[in-house]
Amino acid sequence: MSDVDQQELAEFTQDAQAWFKENTPGEQDFMLPLTFMEVGTDQQFKFLRDWQNKVYEAGYLGAHWPKEYGGGGRHKAFQDAATRIMAAAQTPIMLNAIGLNWTGPLLLDRGSEEEKQRYIKGILSAETIWCQGFSEPDNGSDLGNAQTRAVRDGDDYVINGSKIWTTQGNYADYMILLARTNPDAENKYKGLSFFLSPMKADGIETIPIKKLTGEYGFTQTFFTDARIPADCLMGKEGEGWLIAMQTLEYERGARSGQAGGHVMMLSDPRDIVRLAREAQLNGKPAIEDEAVREELVALMSEARALGLGSRRDKLAPLTQDRPMSLALGSKLASTDFYQRLNAFAISMQGTRAAYYVGDDSAHDDGVWQRGYLNSFSATIGGGTSQIQRNIIGEHVLGLPKG
Amino acid sequence: MSTMFENASATPSIGLSEEQAQLIDVAAAFCRDKSPIDRVRSLIEDEAGFDPAIWTEIAELGWTGIAIPENYGGIGLGLGEIVPLVEYMGRHMLATPYVPSVLAGQAILRGGTEAQKEHYLPQIAAGGAASLALCEDHADWDLAHITCAAQRQGDALVLSGKKYLVAHAAAAQILIISVMLDGKPALVIAEAADLQGRLLREKIIDETQRSYVVDLDTLSLPSARLMDEALSEETLAHIELTASLLLAAEMCGGAFACVDYTLDYLKTRKQFGKLIGSYQSLKHTMVDAHQAYEQARSHLYSAAYLVGQQGEGEMAVRMAKAEAGEAMSFAADRAIQFHGGFGFTYDCDAQLYRRRAIMGCALHGDARYHRRKLADLMF
Repeated sequence: MSDVDQQELAEFTQDAQAWFKENTPGEQDFMLPLTFMEVGTDQQFKFLRDWQNKVYEAGYLGAHWPKEYGGGGRHKAFQDAATRIMAAAQTPIMLNAIGLNWTGPLLLDRGSEEEKQRYIKGILSAETIWCQGFSEPDNGSDLGNAQTRAVRDGDDYVINGSKIWTTQGNYADYMILLARTNPDAENKYKGLSFFLSPMKADGIETIPIKKLTGEYGFTQTFFTDARIPADCLMGKEGEGWLIAMQTLEYERGARSGQAGGHVMMLSDPRDIVRLAREAQLNGKPAIEDEAVREELVALMSEARALGLGSRRDKLAPLTQDRPMSLALGSKLASTDFYQRLNAFAISMQGTRAAYYVGDDSAHDDGVWQRGYLNSFSATIGGGTSQIQRNIIGEHVLGLPKG
Repeated sequence: MSTMFENASATPSIGLSEEQAQLIDVAAAFCRDKSPIDRVRSLIEDEAGFDPAIWTEIAELGWTGIAIPENYGGIGLGLGEIVPLVEYMGRHMLATPYVPSVLAGQAILRGGTEAQKEHYLPQIAAGGAASLALCEDHADWDLAHITCAAQRQGDALVLSGKKYLVAHAAAAQILIISVMLDGKPALVIAEAADLQGRLLREKIIDETQRSYVVDLDTLSLPSARLMDEALSEETLAHIELTASLLLAAEMCGGAFACVDYTLDYLKTRKQFGKLIGSYQSLKHTMVDAHQAYEQARSHLYSAAYLVGQQGEGEMAVRMAKAEAGEAMSFAADRAIQFHGGFGFTYDCDAQLYRRRAIMGCALHGDARYHRRKLADLMF
């Protein structure tokens, strides 16, 4: 990679800091989604779409993506700087997460020239929203067994079946769709193909799913004799599994190329220390309880280890034993950690642990309770923690498949 | 996901010097060649517990003087460069008096008089083994809790009491002893000749290591052996941190080796017609052990990077010690279990790792001890 002009980078960073200070929206009279998986109302959707568009127009999203497709054409260090500023300033999230983080890099790495021309700019500007159609009601972790059918008929493919956990499915313009083109292939993987499918088509219906929190954000997507143009096929028939696996590598952080910007606004783990000072446990602040103190330190150490791990991953001599280890392990480590952090926060609240979002008696307006319930989206979605352990066990530690 | 917590602190808190990177490669090769597991086992039966020829090679490589300044005969690098060496010694359980010698050198560097530095540091840099006598029968980790005493008698100091868990005392040319003097902690230096007939080997859980009781009663040392009294407490604190850093390195290495050793078994042992590593109850637990090791290693190299810094260095080192102790303990505990019946035998190496992890946590504080200290620093 070419050297970065440090002075140019410094100026860019300074400009970005000023821009975000000036333009970051203040508090709204409706609840803003903390992650891209929680966009449940039209109001939230419109707000975040406008915000992403504004950030893109200012040059702080996809700054390192190629200029000819709508990116900024700069070195990755520029986008990294902008992303850091966004996260630090806790700006609202980038809406089009699946486009920015998975579809975009996938298209840039292996898409055709036409596909890049057609889709990249809309991903960055949020004009075209993307969703993902991998999981099915009967095939969650076992993606390779996907049964949604795609049958070639003239210039179209006819799609039948159903996909589930479609994030922003009711808002999306396109879906990255994994469907079975050949049920008689020599194995289940070789019968799968990958489509860049329109969502606004006859025979495609989305039904919002009410999550365990009582909120929305996902749909189930039904395909009933839905016709999509044959040129929606990405690559060749039978390459679906390969392309889907590559997509998951972007999702799991094992491959880079993402457009930048944060798509999850996670509370600073140190907030739990503030909670420990405020929450009363057995008649005194929780932070005075010996067991609470020890657990807090253990959690803070773990949070620190996660941050250190992503830095250590860039120091080659310290990753040479198992080079993929830190990258493939980070999803499991961070999502499990976040879940335990929230659960522990609830346990410090005495009887207040019983309250939820919307009640005056709730600590921090119930953010820990809601955060805990929502944390399962990350330990289940994108490959459950159990699947992650299989992946790490097999691909990092070299253990045999079950 | 990997960047989730990257922004918690703006200052870089981990890094690697060119020297560290080179030492990783050199130490990996050296320890692997010099300390195959059958050698580790044969040294268990050896009275001294280490091979003097290897100790000489270590001195010739310059490792005994790495963190000693050049004007005292050393190489003039820092503790951060010691960490990879000790980590790889831990991976291969290479037995030598290296860790106590480094600690003694650091203690003199921090709290010795100029004359003591000029006299002793070149000896240590050149490969003279050294150690510290700090632990007592009360079993406290607090190094300032001292009951052994020194009385001034003319130009001599007369000691009383007993010290325990003195690593490699029989090999040590130089021994630093903590005592109470005039109601305050003090450090004095004894030489091998002073210790004749005063050492009794202890039966410790880690048979690859050596430690001794040192009987101090009526031991008379010239008062010139008294280290700088004004620096005693600071020096004891420095010893605790340095020891914690090096034990973290050793246990991090141990955790890796132990995971590796168990993986080999899980990839070759069959039951019910399948390799046992294909069973998720074993596979997933190995992943947890491995992930804990990776986190401990991130803490270790952060501690190696920050150790010289006031405040932040102490926090990083205590976290590293706590996490390395837990990581190695868990990995070794599961290593015994996952080797099944073989794991219950003396021949299985899992017991070596488990014993060493207990030893490593017993010295200079376990995870709970360090977390309590951290809580006081953090909250």
